Amino acid sequence: MVDIALTVNGTARTGSPEARKTLADFLRDDLNMTGTHLGCEHGVCGACTVIVDGRAVRSCLMLAVQAAGSEVTTIEGLAPDGGLGTLQQAMWDSHSFQCGFCTPGMVMQATAFLSDHPGASEQQIREALSGNICRCTGYQSIVDGVLLAVERSASPDPAAPHSASPDPTTPPNRER
Amino acid sequence: MKLPHVDYEAPRTVTEAVELLAEHEDEASVLAGGQSLIPLLALRLAHPAVLIDINGVTELSGVSATNGTVTIGAMTREYVAEESGTVADAVPLLAAALPLIGHEAIRNRGTIGGSLAHADPAAELPAVARALDAEFVVRGRAGERVIPAAKWFEGYLTTSRAPDELLVEVRFPAAGRGTGSSFDEVARRHGDFAIVGLATSLTLSGGAISDARLAFAGVSDVPVRATEAEDLLVGERPSAELFDEAARRATSDIDPPADLHGSADYRRKVAAALVRRGLRAAADSADERQ
Repeated sequence: MVDIALTVNGTARTGSPEARKTLADFLRDDLNMTGTHLGCEHGVCGACTVIVDGRAVRSCLMLAVQAAGSEVTTIEGLAPDGGLGTLQQAMWDSHSFQCGFCTPGMVMQATAFLSDHPGASEQQIREALSGNICRCTGYQSIVDGVLLAVERSASPDPAAPHSASPDPTTPPNRER
Repeated sequence: MKLPHVDYEAPRTVTEAVELLAEHEDEASVLAGGQSLIPLLALRLAHPAVLIDINGVTELSGVSATNGTVTIGAMTREYVAEESGTVADAVPLLAAALPLIGHEAIRNRGTIGGSLAHADPAAELPAVARALDAEFVVRGRAGERVIPAAKWFEGYLTTSRAPDELLVEVRFPAAGRGTGSSFDEVARRHGDFAIVGLATSLTLSGGAISDARLAFAGVSDVPVRATEAEDLLVGERPSAELFDEAARRATSDIDPPADLHGSADYRRKVAAALVRRGLRAAADSADERQ
């Protein structure tokens, strides 16, 4: 067991995971944050993507002990409970997802990507999401959702219901 | 699957890491970015008794340029090298290969030294290092050794690093005037391992090729230089006919593996197409860098 302290979605957390425990399992099993999904558990599917110190990473390919001192953002941290951020609302409106298993990984990867590329093109979005596997949709609806978020972020409509939520395209705690 | 039980050490300095390696030797695995090692652990293909995590060894990270050499610390993450102006200016072949490694989330953790020490023959960086004759600096208790790329890659996932040595940095020669390069690969999807990849570097002096380097990924258990084609190219002026002949020579004696992504014959055809494409692109970029 290794004692660690880290920040998750802005809240200081501590734990004593075994060295072999991945960050994904620590989030799910020790912190009971099951929004982060585990698909393949060896870095192929992208479902477990979270943001660590401002950059998207696969939480199944990082040990929990390696996140000591880091700021971690998970799908639970993108918008207040019950609310949706711009990207989440755009994906909802585009019927981006079906079964929902890949959703947290897709949303976290797209969040990190849009924070660097707010005016991203369809091609760039497809490339950015190429490491996240979805077995339901054929990806078109997912890409549509991210494109809609790009569009809405460029010309925000103050009357839109999602406008009160924090902008998820800017992940908290981003630092280089 | 979950990772097997393993002891864990997190040294803060190279000296500490080297001491730990001397203690545990081949019972230990060095954990850098973890983007290859952690899957190997998860799939139970690797069973180290102890992980020596070098993520906290800050002296191993960084890109510096001196006297025509760009030195990259082994723990330098791939995205850092990808965003480095020094790498873009001085080692354009490396800069071209970096965006093709895995996906963004992989490059955010993966490291230059980790990929080269893992030595997957289908990966991008081994081909780049082999093409440019990069040098590998390893440190053990007895001191440092410098290993040329030609002697670094010994076999599938196998390098000439001794179990008690740590890869500390990799030195790439800076591309001079008139040196153009190209990295291209054919993969099923962006970010997948290459079915075949090719690192190409050409130097043009007065319109003729004075230096040619071609290194394949994915055609053998190590990255492979196409020396016959290189010998043909040197002294000649770039032309479509020359590049066709180079593609023939580069692929006449390779024996690529066959798997569900492609037969050996298909890989040989892809390799030839990549040689023609790579040489054209490298010659164009050499013209621009005159």
